[in-house]
Amino acid sequence: MLHRTTSTFVNETPSRRGFLLGSAAVGSGLLIGFVSPKATLAGEVPLVPLKPVAPFSAYLKIGADNSVTVYSGQFDMGQGSYNGVATLLAEELGCDWSGIKVVGAASNVPAYGNLTQGGALQITGGSTSMATSFDRYRVAGATAREMLKQAAAEAWKVAASEIKVEKGVLSHASGKSAPFGEFAAKAAALAPPANVKLKDPKDWTLIGNDTLKRFDSTEKTNGTQDYTIDVKLPGMLTAVPIHPPLFGATVKSFDAGKAKAIKGVVDVVPMGRGLAVVADHMWSALKAREQVSVVWDDSKADKRSSPDLVSEYRDLAKKPGAAVARNDGDVEAALKSAVKVVEATFEFPYLAHAALEPLNAVARMNDNGTLEIWGGHQLPDIYQAVAAQIAGITPDKVIMHVMKTGGGFGRRAVMDADIIAEVVATAKALNFKAPVKMQWTREDDMRGGRYRPMYVHAMKAGLDKDGKIIAWKDTIVGQSIIGDTILAPMLVQNGVDATSVEGSANLPYAIPNLRVDLTTTKVGATVLWWRAVGSTHTAYCAEVFMDELAEAAGKDPIDYRLSMLQAHPRHAGVLKLAAEKAGWSKPAAPGRFRGVAVAEAFNSYVAHIVEISLDKGEIKVERVVCAVDCGVPINPDIIRQQMEGGIGFGIGAVMKSQITLDKGQVVEGNFDGYDVLRINEMPAVEVHIVPSREHPSGVGEPGVAPIGPALANAVYAATRKRMRVLPFTRPENA
Amino acid sequence: MLDFSLNGRKQTVDVDGEMPLLWLIRDTIGLTGTKFGCGQALCGACTVMVNGVATRSCQTQVKDVAGAEVTTIEGVSGKVAEAVQKAWVNLDVPQCGYCHSGQIVSAVALLNDNKKPTDADIDAAMSGNLCRCSTYPRIRAAIHQASQTLEG
Repeated sequence: MLHRTTSTFVNETPSRRGFLLGSAAVGSGLLIGFVSPKATLAGEVPLVPLKPVAPFSAYLKIGADNSVTVYSGQFDMGQGSYNGVATLLAEELGCDWSGIKVVGAASNVPAYGNLTQGGALQITGGSTSMATSFDRYRVAGATAREMLKQAAAEAWKVAASEIKVEKGVLSHASGKSAPFGEFAAKAAALAPPANVKLKDPKDWTLIGNDTLKRFDSTEKTNGTQDYTIDVKLPGMLTAVPIHPPLFGATVKSFDAGKAKAIKGVVDVVPMGRGLAVVADHMWSALKAREQVSVVWDDSKADKRSSPDLVSEYRDLAKKPGAAVARNDGDVEAALKSAVKVVEATFEFPYLAHAALEPLNAVARMNDNGTLEIWGGHQLPDIYQAVAAQIAGITPDKVIMHVMKTGGGFGRRAVMDADIIAEVVATAKALNFKAPVKMQWTREDDMRGGRYRPMYVHAMKAGLDKDGKIIAWKDTIVGQSIIGDTILAPMLVQNGVDATSVEGSANLPYAIPNLRVDLTTTKVGATVLWWRAVGSTHTAYCAEVFMDELAEAAGKDPIDYRLSMLQAHPRHAGVLKLAAEKAGWSKPAAPGRFRGVAVAEAFNSYVAHIVEISLDKGEIKVERVVCAVDCGVPINPDIIRQQMEGGIGFGIGAVMKSQITLDKGQVVEGNFDGYDVLRINEMPAVEVHIVPSREHPSGVGEPGVAPIGPALANAVYAATRKRMRVLPFTRPENA
Repeated sequence: MLDFSLNGRKQTVDVDGEMPLLWLIRDTIGLTGTKFGCGQALCGACTVMVNGVATRSCQTQVKDVAGAEVTTIEGVSGKVAEAVQKAWVNLDVPQCGYCHSGQIVSAVALLNDNKKPTDADIDAAMSGNLCRCSTYPRIRAAIHQASQTLEG
């Protein structure tokens, strides 16, 4: 049952950083249940209460052969959500861990709607997989266990309460015993009991168990893991796109005569914002694409270059922001009374996600009128609705196949369903005569937009005679991620897109006079959430600036932070743990330089201490000590994986990555221009996890937030240069 | 017509000689373990062995492998490959996993030539294989672990 057909927009009173919940009629009759900008905000919005769904209808299947299949409403792009979901369910179910299979599921909002986002939409994002699944999948496992016990009890004519469950076997003191499979069908037919009792955390054997392995390491080591690029269907055609070279340009005319003469080429059709070249396989499509000539109408295209934008942004940042995100006390008055005033302006480039599997999706219309879509469905309900609208069918006729993807980092969660819209439009242009795979190349992916926006921050702070911060001002200039979507009118509050200011407007430090304001810009280049979203720039500014202020105050950067974190024990906790494990109280080894930063993102708290050396002036990142508090640690080794990954992802970005515009055109097209971290640049990483009984939060993104500033602070310790223009390779830093 | 050996089996194909080996393997022959990442030999996701040498199949034309022995992730075998794959699983190296066919082929080629690589040897052999999930610390650890297995 989809929850989307009749409801009108419910304007819940949003909190300051709040969500809008419910459904909205958007665009030409397309109904979309929608969510807040993102789950960053989960901290201030309580989970929607869980309304349990019958477990055997949505969350698991037990085969007669005792196999256990878990259906995950949280998509796995590598971050290990399938392991997490299975851990929660299996903990309560009592099945044998080793035989579990996890499958991605979609199109069941009551069962999979994200409870951190209002529950009306299935979404994987904002590092919320464990937060939304923690109760849901434990309740599902416990309910299924009770149903299995009941089925056995009826057959054995004993009380269900006397039946024990262990490793997939039901047993009774009378000597009766049976594996789950024997009673699976009967159990699934029973009415699910309400209010099942969950285990006391002290009895957990899987949650927090450091010996559990990932389910998919073997497939991902022998080439048998299938991704969207590997989907093969009888008669399937391969399409590659032709996108406009400038954002905002449209096709005026095109000539595909030469292209169609190439062997294997089926057609060249208008699609989305450009054309699709369709052929029997990738190589013929690519060859044909070279032969298509297109005349573009670029009268409405944005032709500015990156330096133009930077200078506009820098000018705007000199003035107060157009919208105010936070205003405590009186910053201007406090600055006037300050003994010392420190100012710094930071500049951030556009960044591409550059997941290793270039964007793709597959569509097939069947004779019975159903449309199947294979892809990395981070927003399956939206994608289903968009596919249905383009195909001219109802959403219930669209079957979503959730594939694992070669990374994501935010790129597979697009409000207008870009790649899904392209593949369905292309298949439709061919009258759905064959299944179509739309496969972007690296250049299509890198030049296709949806970047982490460019930002400028102008920071200003005042210290009193004791070095205490009495005023803090952060003026942010940049594009709105939400503002360029159909949700803007509803989700940008008082001119503030929460994703532009998160990490800044909720700065944890006790500072009496604090102002964060924002000027939102309009640029042709499209933007999107990028692993850790707002904190990729806000935490960088806050934590580099804090380091600068600690120095101005003559204080140790950790002590200085802790003195302002009394009301934030989880920030302080990770900071202290990282300091202890890194040996902060002792000086760095000769030739080594250290930097520290702490940040909360998506309700998880991470502190990093980075140690670097200089080799002929070149920065070598030697070691990172990471402390993370993500509430109940469900899969410790996956937490470590995500911290390691976030650290490498963030280091590469701040040191080397940038997307630049030249007269509106994206310069970088591949990994030669868009440089990312390689193995020889990766530091050793140590991860320390805070034991916790808090509701679990995420780990996919939070590790990224403090790594850039911790590294920049280490670079300052080594070179006395503040890295204020990213990436570090920019000449302004020399 | 062009002959070569793929994972120990003779293949005779009739395709455009300029077609990249990657697309021949994936689209024409249908082995999809070898991945497309950049098309410009910049990321290593498409790495296969050509006559035992780690090679980027996206920038290798089919006509250049005439008579050669090509080995993909599906065909890596023997003591070194087993040790590498076992270490990879032991340490849960992959996250998204997309680059690891290429990583493993490169690691096997490295260990075939050098049974006890240093960190610097690993950097030199593996820095052409990108991993956007940054599984690099585990790749390094797994290569060392495989090396120890082979020694032991």
